[in-house]
Amino acid sequence: MATYEKKQERKAPSNTKGATFWIRENLFSSPLNVALTLLGVMILFWIIPPFVKWAYINANFAGSTREDCVSGGACWVFIRMKIDMFMYGFYPSDLRWRVNSVYGLFFVLIVAFKYLKSPLLKVALAHIYFIAGFFLVHGGFFGMETVPTDKWGGLMLTIMVAAVGIVAAFPLGVLLALGRASHLPIIKSISVTYIEFIRGVPLITILFMSSIILPLFFPEGMTFDKLLRALIGIAMFEAAYIAENIRGGLQSIPKGQYEAADAIGLSYWQKMFLVILPQALKVAIPNLVGVSIALFQDTTLVLIIGLFDLLAMVRLSAADSYWLGYETEGYVFVTFIFWFFCYSMSNFSQKLEKRFNTNLR
Amino acid sequence: MKDRKDIIEIKNLNKWYGDFHVLKDINLTIKKGEIIVVCGPSGSGKSTLIRCINYLEQFQEGSITVDGIDLINDVKKIKAIREEVAMVFQHFNLFPHLTILDNLTLAPIWVRKMPRKEAEAMAMKYLERVGIANQAHKYPNQLSGGQQQRVAIARSLCKNPKIMLFDEPTSALDPEMVAEVLDVMIELAREDKTMVCVTHEMGFAKKVADRIIFMDAGQIVEENTPEEFFQNPESDRLKLFLEQILSH
Repeated sequence: MATYEKKQERKAPSNTKGATFWIRENLFSSPLNVALTLLGVMILFWIIPPFVKWAYINANFAGSTREDCVSGGACWVFIRMKIDMFMYGFYPSDLRWRVNSVYGLFFVLIVAFKYLKSPLLKVALAHIYFIAGFFLVHGGFFGMETVPTDKWGGLMLTIMVAAVGIVAAFPLGVLLALGRASHLPIIKSISVTYIEFIRGVPLITILFMSSIILPLFFPEGMTFDKLLRALIGIAMFEAAYIAENIRGGLQSIPKGQYEAADAIGLSYWQKMFLVILPQALKVAIPNLVGVSIALFQDTTLVLIIGLFDLLAMVRLSAADSYWLGYETEGYVFVTFIFWFFCYSMSNFSQKLEKRFNTNLR
Repeated sequence: MKDRKDIIEIKNLNKWYGDFHVLKDINLTIKKGEIIVVCGPSGSGKSTLIRCINYLEQFQEGSITVDGIDLINDVKKIKAIREEVAMVFQHFNLFPHLTILDNLTLAPIWVRKMPRKEAEAMAMKYLERVGIANQAHKYPNQLSGGQQQRVAIARSLCKNPKIMLFDEPTSALDPEMVAEVLDVMIELAREDKTMVCVTHEMGFAKKVADRIIFMDAGQIVEENTPEEFFQNPESDRLKLFLEQILSH
């Protein structure tokens, strides 16, 4: 009988890994790559030092007036003096604690999410949070002063429009995606028509329609909050995109999963909500976060229907005759805020993907 | 076996995929507790036939009666039949986002409204039987193919079905893992379950089948007891088939 000896495992050769290997392979592997690497370094040298000099070394942080900005660098005093406007718009300053407590409750919500197991309870809690948040900011009950929505603005409005847009659009998007995948011809064609119509129209048009054209159809004297109209328009718009992303996820689920769910006796809704959607949504996470990031940026469009989001507030403040000439600081600030939120969402998406990854080995 | 009552009755079953006639005038009666093996070349309609029994496939003509329930396109009847008929698939079709335990308890909790504790106890009992109780909290992709198929069998047992359908349960497995799945199936065959197995495992067929059915081109060519089936095949088609699969 033939015998064999088990071979020992060896480490991979050391010249095929490590930092130097990586640099050699990725940055200097060919003459063209060497040239591109050098060019890239040059561009970085050309941009970064002047920016740091302007934004930090020569910048003015202290003081409270225009005259405090003398060194020629960035005048962050402008941001400091206007920060309340950027954050809250025209929301009365003595009532801002309400907005802050909604922010604070968000962290309570996150902690509660960690301890709650049932997804149904989580969804319910999230909806309670949004509705309660809206009423707390709006006021008008328990003797709390009403703050009409045209006083809302700045980052608070941006966050609210984006968050409400996504949260309200999501269930509609799920239903539309299921409708489009349905075998029932009427439901399928309604979903397809809706999705294709919405996707064929720019968001600006939808905003115009919801703020200008829609009221024409209302009976005389009936008014409908402008912000609410915009929110409905945005939610309807986003739903179509969310539906398409979820459809992509649905198509990635093998037929066997449907058959197994049928065979063990699940009903249509059980099959979809317990077996198919959890897997489809997992696949769709990167795209859904992409949609959310895009929406967060698209909220700046509400400016054209007369709502003052963060970007609009900054533009308005930069047009203040006393602070004339400091748009750059304002826009750099806006850029940073938008980057911060979008990057956080992107990070969050990667965390979600890791958490839901069950393809462990 | 003669005195037992019929549990599956298939009469004049015809099915088309578009213009392709997959099943032609199938007549088959299966008695309670019988073990039926269905074999035949690929494309002969054997999988389609057993998938009609739990209505994963619709058919155009004929009738199927399962345990007295007429199989027609009616949600309630389909649901009633699926309560009694379990299926094991070629590619296992476990739910990858759920742990092994959750895969097993899903239907008992949601379809039969069983309390979670009770469902888990039952699931553990079946996992014990297929020998995977120690993997209950892993995810399907962490298990080998043979283990996954045993989990799939345990999942179908959780319904306490009267009838078990097996759709080529070993053909997607590595050769070394076929035996462990067949062992579980042989174990099941010794109980009072009705089993209809589409498989090419002739050793399994010889050992446990009450009847073997040979299909070709959408029709039942021959059906017989294992001894007769292998020793005295009547049709040339079956002779050729047996020659092909037994000569190696």
